Amino acid sequence: MAKNTETIFKNPLLRWIDERFPLSALIKDHATEYYASKNFNIWYLFGVLSMVVLVIMFLTGFFLTMNYKPSAEDAFNSVEYIMRSVENGWLIRYMHSTGASFFFIVIYLHMFRAMLYGSYKKPRELIWVLGMLLYFCLMAEAFFGYLLPWGNMSYWAGQVIVNLFGYIPFIGESLTEWIRGDYFISDITLNRFFAFHVIFLPLAILGLVAAHILALHHVGSNNPDGVEIKKHLDEAGKPVDGVAFHPFHTSKDLVGITVFLIIYFAAVFFAPEMGGYFLEVDNFEPADPLKTPEHIVPSWYFTPYYAILRAVPDAALGALFLVLAVLLFVFLPWLDKCEVKSIRYRGWQYKFALTLFAISFIALGYLGLQPATGIYVALARFFTITYFAFFLLMPFYTKLEKTKTVPERVVYKNKES
Amino acid sequence: MRKMLIIYLSFIFFSGPTFSAGSMDLDEYLEGMNVKTSDVRSLQRGAKNFFNNCSGCHTLQYMRYNQIAEDLGITEDQLMQNLIFTESSPQDLVMNNMLSEDGNRWFGKAPPDLTLVTRRKSPEYVYGFLNSFYEDNGSPTGVNNHVQEASSMPHVLWDIEERFSDQEYSQFLNDTVGFLVYAGEPIIEKRKSMGVWVIGFLLIFLILSYALYKDIWREVK
Repeated sequence: MAKNTETIFKNPLLRWIDERFPLSALIKDHATEYYASKNFNIWYLFGVLSMVVLVIMFLTGFFLTMNYKPSAEDAFNSVEYIMRSVENGWLIRYMHSTGASFFFIVIYLHMFRAMLYGSYKKPRELIWVLGMLLYFCLMAEAFFGYLLPWGNMSYWAGQVIVNLFGYIPFIGESLTEWIRGDYFISDITLNRFFAFHVIFLPLAILGLVAAHILALHHVGSNNPDGVEIKKHLDEAGKPVDGVAFHPFHTSKDLVGITVFLIIYFAAVFFAPEMGGYFLEVDNFEPADPLKTPEHIVPSWYFTPYYAILRAVPDAALGALFLVLAVLLFVFLPWLDKCEVKSIRYRGWQYKFALTLFAISFIALGYLGLQPATGIYVALARFFTITYFAFFLLMPFYTKLEKTKTVPERVVYKNKES
Repeated sequence: MRKMLIIYLSFIFFSGPTFSAGSMDLDEYLEGMNVKTSDVRSLQRGAKNFFNNCSGCHTLQYMRYNQIAEDLGITEDQLMQNLIFTESSPQDLVMNNMLSEDGNRWFGKAPPDLTLVTRRKSPEYVYGFLNSFYEDNGSPTGVNNHVQEASSMPHVLWDIEERFSDQEYSQFLNDTVGFLVYAGEPIIEKRKSMGVWVIGFLLIFLILSYALYKDIWREVK
């Protein structure tokens, strides 16, 4: 990206700023002269949608903080106060609670896009790693946030997840105490989780998002054909298969964002509890250390990992598998030995493996919501094996692939021309 | 994609109640159930039922008297005369004079707060519970319940159930449960009506944004 310092403004104030701050250069580098392939399909929406959800979460979270009280005594009451007495508090709260679930929906689809089209492969390994760090931060953010309403499921699911650290040999016990700041989840724990949720993790997420996007704009976006568009430039040095992010991709994304908002607000206004998946019934009573819910289940977006935890007969080993299941994603760029990026031109082995993986992930998510008995455990074990096989056998099956010829240029046809 | 959308929509519009704990065949006791939170008159009757029959033991600790009055179109005079039987002021939370120690002593378990009961248990549960008391001499209260076995609550509505026809009793329960659904989520009707406007606006915006997109992309070959 050649540094283009020429100003794009006529307005004297903006020109004044431009002489002192790289405003024109930023706009050009990241919007009007950032070229991305013209053949993006629906899968390429989920990146921008996760930004939309991030903004929603920041704004609604900011306003919730004005009335929420992070203490065991007041937390539950203050949420009900927001739902009843704060002007439009119910809307802000539902947008935040629904937003949490939608964040994971768009992130999972965003990750799946990368796996479909090999977006994690050279030269985009670092974008993928940064994205995975973002995913870990998001999981932590969701976990800390989940305790804050101080409902009974918040309390017990928090208990279960914190106790996972107890399986670490030697230091486990004292580590869980250190995390909680107490012998059990208490007011102290709630207070520090609040601090993580509203200060530390949002800042970490913001920084990582900036790095994720800077790295992306440095190497350029992938596309459904997995072709590097920078290979074919016109006389002006622009990729012939690329169109400027603004106004082309922005106008296209706007349509996608609107469709997304329709779906999102349908949930916010007409099904904020989503049958107990977005807001659990047990969370409509305050945390009670003496009353364990019948089935302790984490939020739906964690249930694939929860199913893996319970599928392993030994609890400590189960916790280890859970951690591995999350961490293995990071190594995808190095586990995948196939040169071809896009699934369009890859062999049957990867197509089969990825399909099986997607089925396993969804099945584990379902099984994590069910009681750990009988057939459910057997199925969870089967899908745990297929889940890990996807990653661990990848270096082998991706070497065997018979790939198709990748085209020189991206496949695109304007339907109206 | 279309299949996904259908599954999603069915979730939104048909996501049934999530039943929990200890209820066997709830459906058997739901005859005549037709709770309408959009019917303000029904909610008013429900409020009257609640304060006359329930509020002696049960609280609505997250709800204020004057919010009920405002939402249900009840004047302050009516509120003071017909609904507030304690020494509370209109801006107070709906509490009562029973100490939970006393409640524990008298019933074995203090009567629970009911503000969120329909969200915690489902409206069906509450309706079914109030509709399925039966005589049981082995129980300390003389009654037992099909929906919540060995409940410590006596059948306080027995004379109403006796005096009313089946239809009247169903109406009584629909009003009361409707009021409790309202108490669990006072903005429930506002939420739905605002939702229609928001989705409507977005649909119009979708047409405009699509036109803009088509216009800008015309030149892309």
